[in-house]
Amino acid sequence: MGFLKSFFRELKYYPSAIVGTLIIVALLGVALYAVIAIPYHRAVYLWRGTSEVWYRNPKMVPPSWVNYFRTKKLPTTIDLDSRKEGEVQRTEKKLGDGKQIELTYEFDYTADEFPPEIVLYFYPTYAAKQPFVSGEWITPDGRKVRLGNFIVTQGYSFHMGQDKDLARRVRRMLHVDIPADIGLLVDPASLPKDTSQPVDHKDLRPLKGHYKLHLSIITFSPQDEVQAELLVYGGVYGIAGTDHLRRDLMVGLLWGTPVAMAFGLISALVIGLATMIIAAIGVWYGGVVDDLIQRITEINMVLPFLPILIMVGIFVSRSLWVIMVVTIALSIFGAGIKSYRAMFLQLRESPYIEAAQAYGAGNSRIIFLYLIPRILPMLIPGFISAIPSFVFLEASLAVLGIGDPVLPTWGKIIQDAQANAALYKGLYYWILEPSVLLMVTGLGFALLGFALDRIFNPRLRQE
Amino acid sequence: MMVPSDEIREKALVVEDLVLYFQLTHGIVQAVDHVSFSLEKNRAVVVIGESGCGKTSMGRALTRLLPRNVNRYTGKVYIDGVETMSMDDETYREQVRWVKISQVPQAAMNALNPVLKLKDQVMEPLLLHEKGITQEEALERVHAVFDFVGVPDGFIERYPFELSGGMRQRVVIAMALITNPAVIVLDEPTSALDVLTQANIYNVLKRIKWEKGTSFVLITHDVATSSELADDVLVMYAGHMMEHSSAGEFFTEPLHPYAKMLMAAVPKLYGEEELQFIPGKPPSLLDPPTGCRFADRCPFAMEKCKVEPPTFRVGDRLVKCWLYEKEADEIVSSPEALAGVSA
Repeated sequence: MGFLKSFFRELKYYPSAIVGTLIIVALLGVALYAVIAIPYHRAVYLWRGTSEVWYRNPKMVPPSWVNYFRTKKLPTTIDLDSRKEGEVQRTEKKLGDGKQIELTYEFDYTADEFPPEIVLYFYPTYAAKQPFVSGEWITPDGRKVRLGNFIVTQGYSFHMGQDKDLARRVRRMLHVDIPADIGLLVDPASLPKDTSQPVDHKDLRPLKGHYKLHLSIITFSPQDEVQAELLVYGGVYGIAGTDHLRRDLMVGLLWGTPVAMAFGLISALVIGLATMIIAAIGVWYGGVVDDLIQRITEINMVLPFLPILIMVGIFVSRSLWVIMVVTIALSIFGAGIKSYRAMFLQLRESPYIEAAQAYGAGNSRIIFLYLIPRILPMLIPGFISAIPSFVFLEASLAVLGIGDPVLPTWGKIIQDAQANAALYKGLYYWILEPSVLLMVTGLGFALLGFALDRIFNPRLRQE
Repeated sequence: MMVPSDEIREKALVVEDLVLYFQLTHGIVQAVDHVSFSLEKNRAVVVIGESGCGKTSMGRALTRLLPRNVNRYTGKVYIDGVETMSMDDETYREQVRWVKISQVPQAAMNALNPVLKLKDQVMEPLLLHEKGITQEEALERVHAVFDFVGVPDGFIERYPFELSGGMRQRVVIAMALITNPAVIVLDEPTSALDVLTQANIYNVLKRIKWEKGTSFVLITHDVATSSELADDVLVMYAGHMMEHSSAGEFFTEPLHPYAKMLMAAVPKLYGEEELQFIPGKPPSLLDPPTGCRFADRCPFAMEKCKVEPPTFRVGDRLVKCWLYEKEADEIVSSPEALAGVSA
């Protein structure tokens, strides 16, 4: 305890160590929060990302805070659901055997850009005959566009940008060839005067104001019920944005933290300790044992590390934990053995080791009580600095396509982004968010590691 | 194992024909070459000789702390009546080290583990050799032994680097003492200390001898200081035991020419005699001369010295020199004969 106290007192004199420690504490806090707030099975379920989980999110949009840096504001998602109290005006009247349901969706559109999609999701329950729907879109300046008539089945959704009839009616109204979901919101004043020229989408502006969508639904049985949800998808989402599967990247970034920390910490700790113990055993027993350890190390050092990991990833398992075990197994007999061996060889000849031998200390006692504790202070800075290299290794493996198939990790987010040409499409947030986290992790551990090196290695100390 | 005779069992240490050779790439070093002597209980034998004459190697041969390049390690060593050379290393470690013989190493100041507190360090031999001893009992013994060697009680919570050289030396002696062994091998225990501290340490050692009845093998080249403690003197030269006498007789009149010249080189407190020195240097132990190994430097060298002299017994003293062939009572080259001779 006294040791720890003086250690922290010493640490105070290194501002870099304080910054590093704060970063590490923050990362550990995030990791802890992620594991508690999103339990493992929920995280895996969310990241599997079936469409029911994420259909309300826009696809591949940057985080909301980008609006602070834009003059033309991107819209946020407008979600009006008739199943929810008070969001949608609803009237019902009896009509023959069934009933007529009137749904009126009203919303204010204030953004400077168009939404990526406008979709109506229907949730009908019906006995035999499917309900019949007709709709009308009313713009702030009073123009009315008929959506068309259609019958709704279980799970039916109406994509305004994809309906051919709607597109034809919009074209007829505006005299230009633009997708219907843009046409429904566009300010007619921003349309080109010369209708023979192709439309430049950059010139188009949405008309700000109060929009209405009126749905008139006819059912054919008194028990039949129809609910509908209007989703005007936003151009931004959440703190972290979304990916190609409409997943909230926040889930991946949050859960990537404990995964990265666990991978880095466990690998670095196990490798550091095992290497040290094996080196000590080799040096102490010498002869055949030392020779064997040294030859294994030399053979292992020329084996190609990454290709072996990729082979394991392809042929055995892509589970993060299998990869971690293989990483540890391949790294234990590494360069560390050589450098520890050099230190132990010197230490082995110390008088106090000989004295211990003289008063009858056995081999294991000498190794664990006399040899290793002397080198342990050297291990700690190295151990701290080694953690980010394993975090990076995990990310690199994920980028190379052998990331864990179920767990969200930072590396996998980068790989998804790359596979979906995020940089080509200008979706920088998708790459930058996990990359920044990786860099901050590396920075935090490096800052602390350097300071610890100074504390434990008096020769580096600036007096 | 041969059951030792009663005579051997009554002695603290009996060494018979001890040989220790080291293998180097360019030859064999005959560091300890057929040395035989015995040590009564509650006595101290001082082993003196020049640097590189095999003193430390003999100490190591006794405690079996051997480097890896041992070429030959034979003979018989009875410690407290138990033959130890026939034991395997593990048995030796468990039954002999610190139980029967303990050691204060040459660089005693560095012999403490820098990462252990003194109490844990000094406790180590107890925990290793007295199975089932509790932490409290061990701690009590540490307090007692610290008190005995004069280390303040409060020091037990300290680390070695917080101590002065003399205190560290006392701690190391305390450690050698804690299991009450029959024999303690002290390898230049005061060589790095100032004279005042040396005197203190010797007082501690004397007290141990008187009160605990421990026997000492004191390896040193400081003849003057060691005479404080010595009961017997063993002179080594080039791996051979040249003379073995009781201290009184030795300091009055050494027998072996080498011992005489060695004593003439020691400064005296009274008297105006000019100090003598021994010309030449000890022979290489890699390729020692045949015959008497001191012959090259010996003013009394004769034709006969080209043949290696046997060990002669003159009264109670042993000497390996042809000069004493005539007055010798006996030739004791054979180990069996030696066991019966007390110095």
